[in-house]
Amino acid sequence: MYTQSLSIPDGESGGPRKVENPEYEAEFNAKIDAGGFIEPKDWMPEKYRKTLIRQISQHAHSEIVGMLPEGNWITRAPSLKRKAILLAKVQDEGGHGLYLYAAAETLGVSRDELTEALLSGKAKYSSIFNYPTLNWADIGVIGWLVDGAAIMNQIPLCKCSYGPYARAMIRVCKEESFHQRQGYDLLLQMMKGTPEQREMVQDAVNRWWFPSIMMFGPHDSDSVHTETTRWGIKRISNDDLRQKFVDATVKQAEVLGVSLPDPELKWNEARGHYDFGAIDWDEFWNVVGGHGQCNVDRLAARNKAWEEGAWVREAAVAHAEKQAARQRQAA
Amino acid sequence: MVADMTQANITTPEHIEYVLRLGDNALILGQRLSEWCGHAPVIEEDLALTNMALDLIGQSRLLLTHAAALEGKGRDEDQMAFLRVEREYRNVTMMEVPNEDFGRTTVRNFLFSAFQVLLWERLGASSDAELAAIAAKSLKEARYHLNHSAEWVIRLGDGTDVSHARTQAALDYLWPYTAELFAANPTDEAVAAAGIGPAWGELEAAWEAMVLPVLGEATLVVPARTPFKTYGKFGRHSEHMGHLLATMQYMQRTYPGATW
Repeated sequence: MYTQSLSIPDGESGGPRKVENPEYEAEFNAKIDAGGFIEPKDWMPEKYRKTLIRQISQHAHSEIVGMLPEGNWITRAPSLKRKAILLAKVQDEGGHGLYLYAAAETLGVSRDELTEALLSGKAKYSSIFNYPTLNWADIGVIGWLVDGAAIMNQIPLCKCSYGPYARAMIRVCKEESFHQRQGYDLLLQMMKGTPEQREMVQDAVNRWWFPSIMMFGPHDSDSVHTETTRWGIKRISNDDLRQKFVDATVKQAEVLGVSLPDPELKWNEARGHYDFGAIDWDEFWNVVGGHGQCNVDRLAARNKAWEEGAWVREAAVAHAEKQAARQRQAA
Repeated sequence: MVADMTQANITTPEHIEYVLRLGDNALILGQRLSEWCGHAPVIEEDLALTNMALDLIGQSRLLLTHAAALEGKGRDEDQMAFLRVEREYRNVTMMEVPNEDFGRTTVRNFLFSAFQVLLWERLGASSDAELAAIAAKSLKEARYHLNHSAEWVIRLGDGTDVSHARTQAALDYLWPYTAELFAANPTDEAVAAAGIGPAWGELEAAWEAMVLPVLGEATLVVPARTPFKTYGKFGRHSEHMGHLLATMQYMQRTYPGATW
């Protein structure tokens, strides 16, 4: 799963402050220009560090919150095979979250600080997870479209300038590609099934199509241009990625036998791409702004898990301290 | 499959019943553990609980497929898992009681995985070759579940006052249910006589030798045995079972005959 291509400040984060220094900065820029990686102990501009903390942690939060809409169907999965696949998939998302929090920690923040920012609503996560999963086909469509869009967004990040993030993304992308194929396979199976099953798939596609293409973020003309391109964090523009995704997906929809809910979607010979209809950015910003159907429920579920787990985490710390004290006494 | 076909000629109802118990224990506990996915106290435990759920669902698939083959009525793993009525499930009652909290979930995993380790060790030598193969694979998983849950029982029991109280409450709640694991019955006797697997009652002493030291290290007090009895493995379940099945069977019941 993935954070949307959108920079929303999470507020200030802690960690070591670094001296701004033109010489260091020149060296830093030269390294990026040469296509090299910046590593945790290297000097980096403060804004680069903060931008990365924000982006990586938003991504990690998205993985963790993204467990909820799919988790909604684990106990109701229609076959044991599908239950196992879904469990493994959602577990992968949790693993991605863990991996990405660790990558963010290399920049001088703690996982607890980042978690706190998520739970308080200060930090953002991908808006796509604020849509509900209403039938079993949603699980397939999330794999096909949502993970598909995520992969499109994430592949360029495998070459991003920050080493730990780039390396994390290589692994994440491999697993996401697997999820996408599994999602598509789930849908293929349903499309071969009963009329009710095909209706479920179409219903799910109708609901998820536009939210999926919103995952690429605002149009380039409306995007705030930051140093992320200069710094090799963002390498391809939102609209280019979106177009690439639409072009790839139309054919997959045909093979599947579903229609995409956009009457303006058609091949444009002159452009060599599919044209598509206007995206409802009001809806996008409403969901980003906290007014999607599930924003409140998702955050409440994360807070509930965290609060109800407090005694467990406290016990683990207390036990470790007792053990250490016993060892000191024995020594 | 060929082995099963040959075996089916001499398969007894007790043999099927025994394999169903194993399969249903794994299925129902797997279903319960899967409820944690996305809701655990820390990400690491979310992954661990999901992993255990996956192992158990995997075991249930093998075991229910095997039970269906022994039965010889052409049912598959999903028909076994989703289309039986409550009285036909053979899991022990402890598997179906709600997770409640991380404490009860952990204590149950501990008590049950210790039992599973002993069972899989013995079943490795089963006269039922398919069952022996499943046991060999499952033993590795159960050992991991046991190690993981034992560590947590100790952490929680010997952690804070709050965690101690919650874990003790979990043990007090679950302990009476463990009696069902070892209750003598004709199925076990027949299966043991045929060399298919141990009568579960034979495992009680070894099980206690396994769990009591860990509970002691966790500073937990083992409750005295009471007359409390449950009968899940004979098909008489708790009030919780119907709700679990309503959720688990929802899709198969709503869309009969569909393939997923």
